[in-house]
Parts: sequence; structure tokens; C-alpha cells
Amino acid sequence: MSAYDRKEDEVRRMLDAPPRGQVPPDLLPRALDRGTRALHRARLLRRLLWLLLTASAVAFAVWASVAEPWHTPPAGVTPPFLGW
Amino acid sequence: MARPPGARERNFEAYVAGAAGRLLHAATLLTTEPPGRAPRAQALLTAALGTTYARWDRLRGEDPYDLTRRELAGRFARAAWRFHRPRGGVLSRLTPLERLVVVLRLYEGVAEEQTAALLGLPAERVRATCTRAVSVLRGTHGTGRVPGTREAAGAPHVVPGTRGDAPGAAPGTATAVRPAPGRGHTPGPDHPPGRGRPPGAGQAPETRGAP
Repeated sequence: MSAYDRKEDEVRRMLDAPPRGQVPPDLLPRALDRGTRALHRARLLRRLLWLLLTASAVAFAVWASVAEPWHTPPAGVTPPFLGW
Repeated sequence: MARPPGARERNFEAYVAGAAGRLLHAATLLTTEPPGRAPRAQALLTAALGTTYARWDRLRGEDPYDLTRRELAGRFARAAWRFHRPRGGVLSRLTPLERLVVVLRLYEGVAEEQTAALLGLPAERVRATCTRAVSVLRGTHGTGRVPGTREAAGAPHVVPGTRGDAPGAAPGTATAVRPAPGRGHTPGPDHPPGRGRPPGAGQAPETRGAP
């Protein structure tokens, strides 16, 4: 065992030395509360994003069916060519 | 559909019952609060456990203890500027980064590379910080009572003594022992979340600070 390892061991003992503080009884309920709230928040955010995605897809479909952008627009520039 | 939440809560409760004591001790070491009342350490731990609970169903075989520890270290690192002031614990003389490295490396036994990855620092810097922290702890700890510390884990008598004697005097002795000017105020090399600091930039103050 090197000198440095011995020093590290000494520091390890120092870290273990102080008496353990009592874990407060309300630690678990508070952690559960926080975790549950985080879960609910994440779920809400996910739902909102899905809703946004669905709404935008529906809006796009409606617009496309109305506007039919795949047809070439009628050319309004050339006058009817009659009487030739 | 009704049962799974209950099972999850029971699993989490068993996990907390097993791990909370050790994690609270680690958090108390980090915040350097006296073991009896450590509200800051408890707040850190509560937040970390809350995150663990939120991810409980998506662990996929990952160790929850490891997750909580990472969360705890991350939260402490992000809020390190709030923990500069020593509060009388064993690690009062160290900077927040040094405390973090010492607790992760020596108390929790996390490997050097993992610590480096967790803190976003190069491994050399973690090693240097750890070495310096060890020498600081032994230096201040050993003044006057070197034989006492050598002989044993009888440290329970020694450490509370140095801590309990003069909580108010601790900062004074700290500055006396480590005369590097304005250590506590220069945010430069001592801030844990090193955002991509090049190794050279971090090392220069380190070597200057360690006589």
C-alpha cells in the first residue's frame, strides 16, 4: 500500500467518522410528492405536445383539401384566343 | 391497471429505507452541515429522490442508487455558489468542487473516470483536485495531533472535537492554513460544472494554489 493510499484511507475514515444524522420521517412523503408532481407535469407536457401535433396535422389536411395545391392554378394572363 | 402504482410506491419506499441514510450522510458532507440538523442536505436529497421516483418506471435495469447519486451531485454542482460558506462539517475547509470530488471518490468510491464524466472535467483535474483535497484535509486535521489520527478510526473523538470546538473559528483557521488570496471569491477554477474548460487553464491555478 502506497503512502498516498494510506492518506486516502485516513480521509475515508474521517468522512465516516461523524455520526449519521437521523433520516427525517417526512423525507419519503416529500420525495414521493415531488416525484409525483414531476410525473404529472411531464405527462401534461407530453399531452399538450401530442395535442399540438394532432391539431396541426388536422389543420394541414383541411387546408390541403380546400386549397388543393397540387393542381396548377388556372392561367389568368392569356386572353381567350378566338376568331382566328 | 390499479395495482402498478402501489407496487411502484412500495418498491421505492424499500429503496429509500435502504439508501436514504447513506445518501443523507453524503449530502451532509457536501453541504458541510452538522449531522444533527441539515436542512440543506435534506432538501438536496429530497429533490434527488423525487427525480428518481419520477424515473422509477423507466430505469430499465439501471441502478437507482447510482441515479440518485448522480442527481444529488448534479444538483449540488449547479447550486455550488450557495454552498461556498462553510457550516462546520468535516469538509468545511474545502471548496465545493473539492468536497464533491472527495465525497464521490473517497466516500462513495466512484471511479475516477466516472467522476470526471459526471462533473464534466478532465480526469487529470479530478485526480489533482482529489490529491489537493486530501492533503488539505490531512494538513489541517493533523496539526497538533498527528499521532492521534494515525493510530485509528478512533477519529470519532478527534473529528467532532475539531468541528465542535470552534465552529466560528473554522473559517479563520482555514484562511490561516491556506493563504491563497481570495480563494473563496474567485469563481475561476473552483466551480464544479466546468463547462469545457481546457485542462491547462484549470491546472495553472491548481498548481499555483498548492504550495
